[in-house]
Amino acid sequence: MVGTAAESLLQLRGVSKSYGGVAALSQVDFTAKASSIHAVLGENGAGKSTLIKVVAGVVQPDAGVMTFDGRAVQFASPQDANAVGIVSVFQELSVMPDLSVADNISITAPPRRFGLIDKRAQQRRAEELLARVGCDDVDPRERVGDLPLSRRQMVEIAKALGRDPKLLILDEGTSALTAADVERVYEILHRLRDEGLALLYISHRMHEIKELADTISVLRNGRHVRTFPTGACTDDEVVQLMIGREIINVYPPKAQRAAPPRPRLEVTSLGWTDRLSDISFSVGEGEIVGLGGLDGQGQRELLLALFGVLRNVKGAVAIDGKTRRISSPVAATRASNRIALIPEDRKTEGLMLPMSIGDNISLSSLGRVTRGFVIDRGAEAANIQAMVEKLKIRIGKVDDPVATLSGGNQQKVVIAKWLLTDARIMLLNDPTRGIDVGTKEEIYRLLRSLADAGTSILLYSTDYDELIGCCDRVLILYSGRIVRELVGPAITETAIVASAFNLPIEPHAAAGARRG
Amino acid sequence: MPGRFRVLLETVDRPLLFAGGFIVCILAVGTIYTETTQGNALLLSPTYLLLQLKVASFLGIVAAAMMMVVLLGHIDLSVPWTIAASAMLATAWGGATAMPVGLAFGLAVGIFNGLGVAYLRVPSMIFTLGVNVVLRGFMVMLTGGFSPSSEPTPIMLYLAKGDLFGVPIPVFIWAAVGVVVTFLLRRTPMGRYVYAIGNRQAAVFLSGVNDRLVLVASFAFCSMLAALAGLLIAGYSSKAFQAMGDSYLLPSIAAVVIGGANILGGSGRFSGTVAGTILIVLLQSVLSVMQMPEAGRQIIYGVVIIAMLLAYGRSAR
Amino acid sequence: MKGLRLLVSRNVGALLALALFLALYVFYSALHPKGFTVDLFVQNSNEALTLMLLGMAQTLPVLLGGIDLSVGSLMTLVDSVASEVVRGSPWQIALGIALCLATGLLGGLVNGLVVVLGRLQPIVVTLATGAIYSGLALFIRPTPGGEVDGNLGWVATNALSEMPATFGWWNGSPPAWFNLIAGIPMPIVILVVVVVVFWLPYRNSETGRAAYAVGSNESAAYMSGVRVNRAKLAAYVMGGLFSGFAGLYFAVQTGSGNADPIQAGTYTLNSIAAVVIGGTSMLGGSGGAIGTIFGVAVLRAITFCFRVVDTNSPLGFLANPLLQPMFEGVILLIAVSVGAARIFRMKNRLDMYR
Repeated sequence: MVGTAAESLLQLRGVSKSYGGVAALSQVDFTAKASSIHAVLGENGAGKSTLIKVVAGVVQPDAGVMTFDGRAVQFASPQDANAVGIVSVFQELSVMPDLSVADNISITAPPRRFGLIDKRAQQRRAEELLARVGCDDVDPRERVGDLPLSRRQMVEIAKALGRDPKLLILDEGTSALTAADVERVYEILHRLRDEGLALLYISHRMHEIKELADTISVLRNGRHVRTFPTGACTDDEVVQLMIGREIINVYPPKAQRAAPPRPRLEVTSLGWTDRLSDISFSVGEGEIVGLGGLDGQGQRELLLALFGVLRNVKGAVAIDGKTRRISSPVAATRASNRIALIPEDRKTEGLMLPMSIGDNISLSSLGRVTRGFVIDRGAEAANIQAMVEKLKIRIGKVDDPVATLSGGNQQKVVIAKWLLTDARIMLLNDPTRGIDVGTKEEIYRLLRSLADAGTSILLYSTDYDELIGCCDRVLILYSGRIVRELVGPAITETAIVASAFNLPIEPHAAAGARRG
Repeated sequence: MPGRFRVLLETVDRPLLFAGGFIVCILAVGTIYTETTQGNALLLSPTYLLLQLKVASFLGIVAAAMMMVVLLGHIDLSVPWTIAASAMLATAWGGATAMPVGLAFGLAVGIFNGLGVAYLRVPSMIFTLGVNVVLRGFMVMLTGGFSPSSEPTPIMLYLAKGDLFGVPIPVFIWAAVGVVVTFLLRRTPMGRYVYAIGNRQAAVFLSGVNDRLVLVASFAFCSMLAALAGLLIAGYSSKAFQAMGDSYLLPSIAAVVIGGANILGGSGRFSGTVAGTILIVLLQSVLSVMQMPEAGRQIIYGVVIIAMLLAYGRSAR
Repeated sequence: MKGLRLLVSRNVGALLALALFLALYVFYSALHPKGFTVDLFVQNSNEALTLMLLGMAQTLPVLLGGIDLSVGSLMTLVDSVASEVVRGSPWQIALGIALCLATGLLGGLVNGLVVVLGRLQPIVVTLATGAIYSGLALFIRPTPGGEVDGNLGWVATNALSEMPATFGWWNGSPPAWFNLIAGIPMPIVILVVVVVVFWLPYRNSETGRAAYAVGSNESAAYMSGVRVNRAKLAAYVMGGLFSGFAGLYFAVQTGSGNADPIQAGTYTLNSIAAVVIGGTSMLGGSGGAIGTIFGVAVLRAITFCFRVVDTNSPLGFLANPLLQPMFEGVILLIAVSVGAARIFRMKNRLDMYR
C-alpha cells in the first residue's frame, strides 16, 4: 500500500516542554507524512531529542496537541505510543544485555501458550525479523550482551520493525553500525518507506541524511525553523539555519612545517588480544595525528591501550625516547608521562554528573592545588575560573551540577579537566560526536592551538570531514592493523574511505600516501 | 516572617530539618508521657540528655564508620564482629598497648575488606558478610581455646565512663571523630575522591585517580573507627562479650540513611549522620521509658525509618 | 549442540554449585556410617528445606537488582502465626496454612509497594520492614511456644511413605506404584511441588521475565514498554509467598513458634550467601531460584562434612568444635567471593565498572 504524498500522519501544534526553567521546546508546529523519511536536524539543545521523546511517549509535553493518523493522542508512556503504531530506537540502547535476542525482540506481547511464553514461537519470530534486517548470522538464543555493539543495534532495529510500526523513530540509531550494516539498513528503510512507513530520523551525519532522507526539518533553540525537501538547500545553508550565522571557515589552518617534528610518542608492534595487531606509529611534538577507518576496527582499543586501561598489551611504547610501561591511568597521568584521555562517553566515563562543574574540572589536578593534605580552595577556584574563561564554557554558577549543561559544554568540562594537568600527549575518542556545530568549531581551534604550543594529539574520529580538516596525518585502521598512513594533501575523502575498506587508492590521489 | 522562614527551610539541609523536627516530636511525646504518669519532665533534664548523648556517641562512631563506605556506594557488614573482635583482642592483650592493638586489628580488617572489594571486585555486601562470619569463627577459636581475660584496661574504663567538665568523655571522642571525618571529606583530596567514586567510579578511574587505593583507605578507616567504638563499648560495659557488636549494625545503617546520605553513594554529610544517630537513640530510649515492649519498639523503629525516607529520601527515577 | 552450549554458558554458576554440592555430599555420605540411606537423606533434606525456600524468596528481589533484608523476619512472622493457627481439625489446619501463606504474600506486597510507590532503595526499605515484621512476630509470640499439628510435622519431615500411613489413606498396604516412590523424602517432594507449581510458571511468564529485564537494564525495559512497576511488585509478592512457605515449613518442622530476631537475621544473611553461591548476579538480570537451591545445598553440605570428619584422622583438626565456625566462615568467604568475583576474566579494566 503506497500512501498518498499529501497525507499527514503526525501533526504537532503548539507543543512546548520545559525542564526546570529551561524551555526545550517552544510552540513547535511539526508535520510528518506517511511514506517519507524525515530527518530532524539541529544543534545540541535545539530540541531534537525532546521532540522525538514527546512523539515516542517518553516525556509528556507541557502544552500543545498531537494528532496521529487523524486522531488526537496523548501518550502517558512509551507503551501508549506503541499501541498506536509509533515505535522508537534510541541512542542509549534499549536492550537488556542479560536476556537473549529472542527475549529482547519479543519483550512485550510475546507469543503465548497456556498463559506462559511460547519459546518456540518466539524463536521463530526472532529468526524472521533478523533475516529481514539481514542478520541471519545471529542466533536468537544468544545473550545480547555478548554480541558486538553493531549487532546489538541491529537487534534493536529488528525489534522495532517487529512491532509493525506506522511511524518509526531513529535517534542516532545507526551511530554504532558498521558501514555494511548501514547500507543494509538504508535499503530496508527505503523499502519500508515505499510500503507506507514514516520515519523520523535524528543524526548529526550530513552525508547520511542526504542519502537517506527525503525531507529535512531544522530546529533551533526549541523552535521549528524550516522544513524542506532534501536537496532544496546546500550544506552551508542548512548549517546556517541551524546556527543562525555564517560559517566561513570551519577548520583552523594547519601548521606549516619545514622539517618533520621530533617524535614524542613512539609505538612499536603494539598488540592486544585479537583486536590489535602489530601497530607501529609515532606522534611528533605539535602534531595532530588522526585515527580513521570503519567503526570497531580497534581505534577505541588503541586509545585505551595507550592510556593503560587494557591488560596484557604487547609491544612497546616510548615517550621522548624512553620506553615506558603504562600499566594504568594512574601511570599514564604521571608527571613523567602526562597523557590525557578524552573518553568515548562523557556521561558515564568523563564526568560525575550530579557533582558540581568545579569539582569535575579539578578532579585530575587536585594534587597541584593541595598543600600537605589540604586542598587550597583559592588556588583551585582560580584554576577553575581560568578554564571556564579559556574554553568559554557557558555555565550558570561553578557550583551547579554538571548535568545541567548541554552536551557541548559538558565535553568542554571534560577537556578543561585535562588541560589543568598540563598534558603533553592528548588522546581523544571521537570528542565531537553528538555535539553542536558551534562547539565543534571551538574544539577544533583549541586542538590546533594546543598543538601549536607543542602538545602531541591523537584524534580518533568517525567523521572523515573532521579528519581532513584537523589532522596533519591520518592513520587508517582495518581489523586492528594500520593499513594506510595519509600525509598532508593526501588526506582526502576518497583516500580515507578507500583505505577504510582496505582498498587501493586510485592513482591520481596517491601522492603523499604511504601504505602502512 | 513567612518569607524568611521559607528561605531558612531552603538553606538548611532538608534531612537535617526533618530529623531535627522529629527529635523534637519524640521529646515532646515522651515528656507528655512522663508528665502524665510520673509528674516530671525527666526527658528534658540535663542528666538524662547527657546520658543519651553518651549512649549516642558509641552508635555515632559506628555510624560515622558506616558513612565512610556508604558514601562510596558500598556497605560494611563486618562491623558487628569487628567491634567485638577488636574489643576482645584488646581485653585479652591487656596493659598499656591494649588499645593500640585493638585499633591495629580494626585497621587490618578494614584493609582486608578494602582489598577484597577494590582488587577482587567482590560486591562489598558479600565480602564483608563473609568477613563477619570469619571474624566470629576466629574469636570462637581464640576464646574457646584460651579463655582469655575479657576485662577492659583502666584506660579503656576511664575513656568510656569518665567525665570531663561534666560532659562524658565518649562525647568528646565522638566530636573528635566528627572533626576528623568532616575535615577529611571536605578539605582533602581523598574526601573529594570518595564523593566522586560514589557518583561515578568509572570516571574517577579514567581521570587518573587511584580509585582502588581510595577504596582500601576508606574501608580501613571505617573498620578502625568500628574498633574504636568496640573498645569504648567494652569499657562502658566493663567487659568484652561475644554479641556486643550485633545490635549496632542495622541502627548504624539507619542513622546514615536518616541523616540524608544516599545509600547508593555520592552524597551525605556527617551532620546528617549525627542527627540520625541522636534520633535513633532518643527513640529507643523514650520507648523504653514508656515501657513499650520489644515488639512495639521494633515496629515503631521500622515505621519511623520508612516515614523519614519517604519524607526526603526519594531516588530520582 | 549450540543450544546445549548456550544453555550451559547461561547457567554456569548454578551448574558449578550443583557440581560442588555433589562432590561434597558424596564425600560426606562416604564417611557417614549411615551414608547413602534414605533415613540420612531425609534428615539432611529436613535441615535444608527452610533455607532453600527462603533462598528462593531472596532470589526474586536480587533478580531485580536489589536485595531483601526482611526475608528472615517475614519467615519468623509466619512461623509465629503458624504456631497459633496450624492446629485443630483438618479444616482449621487448612485455614491456618492459608492464613500463613497470606501473611507472606501481604508482607511481600508491603515491601513491593513501599519500594515502588515510595521510589526508595530496597535495602533500606526492607531493613525497616524487617524490623516491623520482627516486632509483629514478637507481638504474637513473645516467648517461644505455641503448637503446630503433630501429624503434619511427622509427615513433613519424613519420607513419603509416612503420608498415607499417618493419614490412613489405604487400609492395609499401599499399591505397588506407590512403593516405588515411597522412599523420597517429603521435603524434596514439597520442594519439587513449590518449584513446579510456583517458580517455573512465574519464570516463564511475561511478568517473571520482566523482572529479569528490569534487573538487566531498567531504563531499557521502560523504554521498551515493559510494565516495570508491575514486574517489581509481582517479584516482591512472589518473594513474600516463598518466605511464607519457609516460615510455614519451619513451624511444621520444629512443631512450635519462635520469634527470635537474631535467628531471623542469621537466616537472612544465609539466604544472601546462598543466592550468591548459586550463581545469581547481585547486579540483577541473571540467575534463578534453582541455582539458589543448589547454593543452599552447598552450604548445608559444608556443615555436614564437618560433622563426619574423624577426629583421629589427619583431617581431625577440622572436627574440632572450636575451629569449626572459623573454617566454615573461611569456606563461605571463599565460596561467595568466587561466586561473585568477576575480575579474572577481564582484559579491559573499564569493564569492571560497568
